[in-house]
Amino acid sequence: MTLENHWSNTVFNLICEQDISIVSFVPDAGLSQLIDLCVAYEGIQTVRLTSEEEGVALAMGTWLGGKKSLLLMQSSGVGNCINMLSMLNTCQVPLPMMVTMRGHWGEFNPWQVPMGQGAENVLKEMGVTTFRAQENDEVAKCAEGAIRFAFNTYRPTAVLIDQRVLGAKTFGR
Amino acid sequence: MTLLNRRQVVEHLLQPRGDLLVVAGLGAPAWDITAAGDHPLNFPMWGGMGGAIATGLGLALAQPTKRVLVITGDGELLMGLNSLATIGVSQPTNLAIVVLDNEVYGETGKQKTHTGFGVDLAAVATACGFTNSSIITDVNELASLKKEVYGSGLMFAQVKVDSKSDELVLPPRDGALLKNRFREALLGDQCHFSN
Repeated sequence: MTLENHWSNTVFNLICEQDISIVSFVPDAGLSQLIDLCVAYEGIQTVRLTSEEEGVALAMGTWLGGKKSLLLMQSSGVGNCINMLSMLNTCQVPLPMMVTMRGHWGEFNPWQVPMGQGAENVLKEMGVTTFRAQENDEVAKCAEGAIRFAFNTYRPTAVLIDQRVLGAKTFGR
Repeated sequence: MTLLNRRQVVEHLLQPRGDLLVVAGLGAPAWDITAAGDHPLNFPMWGGMGGAIATGLGLALAQPTKRVLVITGDGELLMGLNSLATIGVSQPTNLAIVVLDNEVYGETGKQKTHTGFGVDLAAVATACGFTNSSIITDVNELASLKKEVYGSGLMFAQVKVDSKSDELVLPPRDGALLKNRFREALLGDQCHFSN
């Protein structure tokens, strides 16, 4: 896949079209192109987080202030968000999240498996509507659905991007 | 030396309050801002422990021309201490953070927090990039604290207060209501008609 048709470009365009002006993130290799696009664009304020739950609380504040935000993370970060997601649920706050998966197809690191396997259930239990992208061309469609769903119905949503889309980290093996 | 009383500090900061946007961490700070006068531009948190200053950062980034004050407690801040680093990197110039530090978890039986063992929150804030960070202990410092809260620039103040439990003055509990009335007061009625 060339850089031009990478799903990151389509998702970046969606972010702009949907007037999302604040993007917060904990990095992941699979998100690096999208993060670079957001950081480079002056129409978006990017916030570097130390932990994913900060991005959930940040979204509460951006929505109180009338701005839309998006949160980018790896699936291990879902576990860090659990209690903070209560706030979005209770206050009916929209937040689309893009979650790159670990612990599934092609996983090399056993320590990634429990949270990766549990991530979708954890999100659902906390009231987050999930959309799974298992192929490259599904990512943008899921992202569009998740972003519209979040802001149209005032709730958190997550796009789970499968390792088959991202390519599994092989540690040179 | 007599320690400051949290209600006295908050009342001093919020009466009058102009168009200040106020976020309060869960527990006593939420009751304190309500005791100073319930207001649509108050966002008192009933949950999300550790998230008050990150919520304040989001609000400050979304409303760069408005002044945002986060009032929280030492226990709440300690749970999200990492957000001081995030705010230090973001450097919003319209955010003030006031921590009412009573050195105990007041809502759960007054168990000592880490500040009661000497953890210096103001020094942490300084180390995270807050160039204006101070510890307030004296009633005579409240006037200058208020001036800074309503001034400009990123600031952090750790206000040492007594651990007395004040009368419960509870804000509304409905999170959707708190959010919607805040947005309406800040953004106008049209916020309900568009997104």
